[in-house]
Amino acid sequence: MYRTLTVLVENNPGVLTRVTSLFSRRGYNIDSLAVGRTENPAISRMTIVVEEDNNVIDQVTKQLHKLVDVIKVDDITEEEYVDRELVLVKTDADATVRGEIMQIVEIFRARIVDIGQNTLTIEATGDASKIRAIIEALKPFHIRELVRTGKIAMLRGGRFTTTKSGD
Amino acid sequence: MRQKGAQILTKCLAEEKVEAIFGYPGGAVLDIYDALYHSPLKHYLVRHEQGAAHAADGYARATGKPGVCIATSGPGATNLVTGLANAYMDSVPLVAFTGQVATPMLGRDSFQEADIYGITLPITKHNFLVKETGDLPRVIKESFHLAATGRPGPVLIDLPKDVCQKEASSGYPQNSQLRGYRPLPESDPLQIEEAAAAIAGARRPVLCAGGGAVISGGSAALRQLAERCSIPVTTTLMGKGVFPDDHPLALGMLGMHGTRPANYAVNECDLLIAAGVRFSDRVTVRADAFAPEARIIHIDIDPAEIGKNVQAHIPVVGDVKTVLEQLCRQLPEKEEGAPWPARLARWKEKYPLKYERNSGKIKPQYVVEQICRVTGGRAIITTEVGQNQMWAAQYYTFTRPRTFITSGGLGTMGFGLPAAIGAQIGRPGETVFNIAGDGSIQMNIQELSTAVSYRLPIKIAVLNNGYLGMVRQWQDIFYGGRLAHTEIPGPDYVKLAEAYGAVGMRVSKPAEVPPALEKAMEITDRPVLIDFMVDRKENVMPMIPPGGTVSKMLEE
Ligand SMILES: Cc1ncc(C[n+]2csc(CCOP(=O)(O)OP(=O)(O)O)c2C)c(N)n1
Ligand SMILES: [Mg+2]
Repeated sequence: MYRTLTVLVENNPGVLTRVTSLFSRRGYNIDSLAVGRTENPAISRMTIVVEEDNNVIDQVTKQLHKLVDVIKVDDITEEEYVDRELVLVKTDADATVRGEIMQIVEIFRARIVDIGQNTLTIEATGDASKIRAIIEALKPFHIRELVRTGKIAMLRGGRFTTTKSGD
Repeated sequence: MRQKGAQILTKCLAEEKVEAIFGYPGGAVLDIYDALYHSPLKHYLVRHEQGAAHAADGYARATGKPGVCIATSGPGATNLVTGLANAYMDSVPLVAFTGQVATPMLGRDSFQEADIYGITLPITKHNFLVKETGDLPRVIKESFHLAATGRPGPVLIDLPKDVCQKEASSGYPQNSQLRGYRPLPESDPLQIEEAAAAIAGARRPVLCAGGGAVISGGSAALRQLAERCSIPVTTTLMGKGVFPDDHPLALGMLGMHGTRPANYAVNECDLLIAAGVRFSDRVTVRADAFAPEARIIHIDIDPAEIGKNVQAHIPVVGDVKTVLEQLCRQLPEKEEGAPWPARLARWKEKYPLKYERNSGKIKPQYVVEQICRVTGGRAIITTEVGQNQMWAAQYYTFTRPRTFITSGGLGTMGFGLPAAIGAQIGRPGETVFNIAGDGSIQMNIQELSTAVSYRLPIKIAVLNNGYLGMVRQWQDIFYGGRLAHTEIPGPDYVKLAEAYGAVGMRVSKPAEVPPALEKAMEITDRPVLIDFMVDRKENVMPMIPPGGTVSKMLEE
């Protein structure tokens, strides 16, 4: 099953390699990974989606904890959280289909961010199922290029996955 | 005070009370060597950087203190790699320094540039590429802290040449601040209570002690618990010495080449108390059929070891020594005469390790027994890898922790000689014996020159069978006797030893074994190598074939 981990790491050079090489060496599957600085520039947050069973997740978490640059690991899968992915899709779009595409964009509350002579570039954000749905909807128009981020996630309400001292 | 990076380095090493540095110079570390020239630090020049890493490793295992080694950039650094991987697998505290090309030259495939930081990521506990001289004191402080605390391991510091040349403030921090590092997890008192209850209720308990028990200094606590509750004890290869082999409750080593009593006991026990072990496949042989009737208490300082290879029923995260002491306090003394230890004692009598004693040939097992006799069982034994290693583990009677120094996890041929050098330097008062194979000894034979230079009285017993014996054994048993490239002719070891300036002896008859060893014990100013012409086709027995279970155990 898919598990969502949020991992706070020291913003040191090499930290991304440490995390990803741990996954590849021990044979764990990363479904997606998103990483960026937090409100504290010395700390980055990774959101990692892993497809493994519970025993393996337990090992993944413990092995991540062993990395000196890893400050905190939370498995938030069972928690209430908000998650988002961002996708950019460039489809074929001559004059005859543009209207149809724009309707789809509207339904998904996506945006058109660029227009070429025969193409449209669409930006959509949402959780994984919404992203999947809009991609499906755009497929018939022939997707020329697609780029998406990994998932980022945050707990709902007044709960946090930052370190206690807030640093 | 402002100093050059290289001087900051030597100053910090002095602050850490480093007594021995094993190293080899080169262009990228010229500044460090220049600082060493002006420093009272003791540096030992090896003959190959792999030797430096293994010597630092042997030093660390013998003393419990971190070993330190230095190599230049590029080939010097890559020559350390096997030694680092070896230390990582066996949780040995090392701090390795490598030279690196100057920071403006990084990433340009400069002369003698190798990405040792990237190369060693998966084989170090942590590593650093230092880009600012001012970071040096903190990085060195953190490295020694990381190497020696929690589950120990090697740490590498890559030092670009300009970082060693620039000046910065040299104040050494008092402690390190690593917010992501928690070396000493608190044990859960409830888990300890549950473990104690399980021990109190067990009818057929067995203690299994590994390298973690040695590292934590848990020898006395282990013995106390075993004696208090009459629990028989088996050790892994890495645990040898943590419990006296001559103790009535000792079962010997378990696993692929373990004793019958140890493997039978694990097979039939209803409770296995695993202390500082990682359930290597050489121990479990087949993990899903391991200790089939037992509940397992797994004590380890590294939470990631629990449930990694074998599922534990009662996990106890914590320092082995502390946990064993806590268990002892919670458990009542058991009366004498329990049926289970008595049964194991009968197995011990019925199934001793055995070999043919009247063949007229020198049996390698006999050589090990005689080494044990002449050293009173009190030597520090290092080994190479293969049959020699297994016979050393089986036939030497170990009674003290940190006296069996062997490459357990990586199985590195060529480890024993440099490790013996490091152990002798760390423990100058002890007799250090390298029990070697003729194949392995050739992998780092150049270090004999190091041992001669520093007048180290290490003894090397080459169990010369003319084969890569352990591989030959597998070919004979599992590959129809097709001995593909395992016969390995060697040099004249007596002449070789003499060429290096060591003493060389050859022993071809069983009767010559004891006098040769006694003579070797009298030499105190240089290394001795004894070439024992042993029975060439002797096998290590018993043996559980890979993937097999105790019932499939082979015996000649
Ligand atoms: C560096 C390295 N290369 C290869 C091996 C595989 N290997 C394991 S045991 C062994 C034979 C060792 O021969 P020798 O040192 O003569 O010991 P013996 O088994 O004969 O006592 C070999 C080749 C290894 N363990 N390490
Ligand atoms: Mg051999």
